[in-house]
Formats: sequence, C-alpha cells, structure tokens
Amino acid sequence: MTTILPLRLEDVSVLRKGKRLLGPVSMTLSEGGLTIIVGPNGSGKTTLLKVMHGVERVSAGRVRWAVPDEQAQHHQSYVFQTPIMLRRSVADNLRYPLQLRKTPRDTVETCVADWASRIGLQDLLKLSATRLSGGEKQRLALARALIRRPEVLFLDEPCANLDGASTRDIERLLEEAQQAGTRIIMTTHDLGQAKRLATDAIFMLHGCIKEAAPAEAFFDAPQTSELQAFFRGDIIA
Amino acid sequence: MSDIFEGLSAAFWLVVTLDPELLQISLRSLQVSLTALVIACAIALPFGTFLAIRRFRYRRLAISVLNALMGLPPVVVGLIVYILLSRSGPFGVLGLLFTPTAMVIAQVIIITPLIASITHQAMRELWAEYHDLLISLNTSAAQRIRTLIWDGRRNLLTAALAGFGRGIGEVGAIMIVGGNIDNATRVLTTAIALETGKGDFALALALGFVLIALAIGVNICIHWLSRTEREGRW
Repeated sequence: MTTILPLRLEDVSVLRKGKRLLGPVSMTLSEGGLTIIVGPNGSGKTTLLKVMHGVERVSAGRVRWAVPDEQAQHHQSYVFQTPIMLRRSVADNLRYPLQLRKTPRDTVETCVADWASRIGLQDLLKLSATRLSGGEKQRLALARALIRRPEVLFLDEPCANLDGASTRDIERLLEEAQQAGTRIIMTTHDLGQAKRLATDAIFMLHGCIKEAAPAEAFFDAPQTSELQAFFRGDIIA
Repeated sequence: MSDIFEGLSAAFWLVVTLDPELLQISLRSLQVSLTALVIACAIALPFGTFLAIRRFRYRRLAISVLNALMGLPPVVVGLIVYILLSRSGPFGVLGLLFTPTAMVIAQVIIITPLIASITHQAMRELWAEYHDLLISLNTSAAQRIRTLIWDGRRNLLTAALAGFGRGIGEVGAIMIVGGNIDNATRVLTTAIALETGKGDFALALALGFVLIALAIGVNICIHWLSRTEREGRW
C-alpha cells in the first residue's frame, strides 16, 4: 500500500495581518507512533497542526507529503478541540464521512454499528448528536474521524474540558487506533496525558519548535531551559 | 363591522357548500404559488448557500443586490414580464401571456430574491459552525452546499414559507400578466380585487378569509410534514 508519509515541512511560516503565528518551522514526520505537541497558549500548536493538515495556508515554505496533496487529504482526519457535530443523529454523523466517499450502503451500516458500540453510543444512534454530553460528543467526533481509517490523525486538545472517565475513553480509542497503524499527532496541555501516550514529543514556543525528541528523552532529560521551565510550571513569556 | 361578520358568514357558506368557483380559484392560487415556490426554491436555496460559502470578487455586491431585490415592486415585475411575453416582446412567440405560466414566472421573479436572501443569512451561520469540519473532510463545493441545505432545512423552511406567503398574497404582477380572466387566470387575490372594485365587500372579505385560511393551512401542513418543533430543545 502507498503511504502518504513522511510529511516534510520546509521553512514553513504563517503570517496573519503582519503577525507571525508560526515559523520558520522545519520538521519531518515519519511513519508510526504518536507525536504530542506541547507548549503554552499561543505558541502555535494548533496552527502547526492545521498547516500539516492543509487547512491553514502557509505564508512561506513548503509542506510536502510523499504523495500529491489531493491524495494525501483523503488519508487524514482532524479532530477539533471543540467537537463540531453535524445537526443530525449520532448514526448520521458516523455515516457522513463514508457517504462522502460513496461507500456501499451495507459497508456503511456495518461500520456505523461497529464504531457506535466501540464508543459506547450504540443505544443513542437515533439521538440528535447536538444533544450529547461533552465527552460523548468528543468520542463521536473521534469515531467519525477514525471511521475512514485514516493513515494520519490530527487531534487538537481532544480531552480539554473532559473529566477523567471521558479522557480515559478517548485515550483508549487513540491507543487502539495507533495499534491499528494510524499515525497520530496531537496537541495537549495535559503533561500527564502526554507522558502516557507519546512516543515522541515537540515543544513549541513563540511559533517555533524549541525542542523535539523521543518521549523518554523529552520528558526525562529536557535540553532547553524553556522546556525545563515549562515542566516546572513556570510562566514562560 | 357588519361587513366583517357578513364576510365571515359568506366565507363559511362558500366553504361548506364547496362552491365550485371558489374551489377552482383556490386550487389555481395554490397551483400557481406552489409551482412558483418549487421553482424559486430550486434556484434560491443553492444560490443563497453558494453565496454563504464561496468567496469571490463581487460577493458583497451580489449580496447587496440580492437584498435590494427583496423589495422588488411586484407591479414593475409584472410590467417587465408583460413586455417580455407580449406578442411584440422577445418571448411573445411562446404565447404565455395571460396564462397561469406567466403568473408563475412573475411570482418566481418576485420570491426568488426573498428566499435566496433568507437562505444566505441562515446558511452563513451554519457555515460558520461547519466550516472547519467540512474543509477538514475535504468536501467539494457541491457536497458542502448539499450538506448545509440538508442540515439547515428547518431554517430553510422559514425561507420557503416566507416566499410562499409573498407569492400567494401577491396581486399586482399576476393581475398584469394573468389578466384576471374568469376560468383561466383568476386567483384569490385578483378575485378579491375585482369584488372590491364591484363593491361586493362581503364576497371580497369571504375570499380574503379563505385566502388566509389557505395560507395558514399550507404552513401547518409543511410544518407537520417537516416535523419541526417535535423535539424539545431545552
């Protein structure tokens, strides 16, 4: 099977109204693993994620997948910090990405039933998705992203504002997805979660990557004074 | 005051006795307005949604013109359609003047900007909500428009009903292009105008009440069919 990875960012910058939101950033994302992006608010984590996903236009530099962009788009999914629910039933939200790809109806129904039970919403299939709780919405958003079996999954603080049980459910789904071969890139403010899930990590500050390393080295032996300060809980200006 | 009671009483008897002329006029009113509504919706819903999701050079101008067209004077529309469809006009060869088709054309021109403008407002809000998700799912423009129209269908119902209300209550344009011909192009509004002119206020009022009842009936039917307000949202 052709893979869309590696993803290469070459001197990528994002400027908006004269303000630099990101960059210059250069990095390579290879196959396998779960990359966690940490950093204070406004450090450019979400912008970096959106640039990689192709929904944020770059002002300079290049974003290159191993395949043409159009093809790469079909093999990636994105989960937003605040889950966006289509004003439809739970089942229709799950069906939607498959219907976009004109998946045969019986396959769609099998996938919907399978994923609904995996996220524990099998009894709420006919309920309007907008009426779910925060944790249920985020699980549904994650299932809707994974139902297409993406090769790369981007998540923007998927567990923000969720309680412990909901966070555990999300992490379980992410571990299953990773084991199934999905490459995951995720931002988080929760350092405990970062340690639990990451195979490698990136620290961002002022729109730039300050440090990137395999998880063990990243958390046990941070190299930069900024990351050390971040781990101590200091306020980084 | 007595005119109103007489009107109500006359309306009651016209309906109870299933007056054939009233039935014919009412059905024609419905036929013309619903046909115009279907055609206008087919144009206005995708167009209003397109305006909400697509950025192009003269978009703001297009929206301003659309909003301005909501206030199109029906008499002027009627006059223009009349000129276009008259024997000496560019479409005179079609022989459509003084037919229900001409009335439908006039109504489509009048209600399309109204429906498109309300659609644009409703879809703009829904697009703001869906934007990131639909972009992220790499949807085509056609898929976005279809998704927004489907998920915003209850808001669009309001747009359609506003269009229907304007269409069925319209008199100036259809009087000009239809001619208010008995058994051919007479509808409730033109019949009311005629009876008022003749001084038969009771009958005019009776027809007016039937018209109001018809408009309310269609609204209730559409709400019932589209299952609005069935689920509590609070």
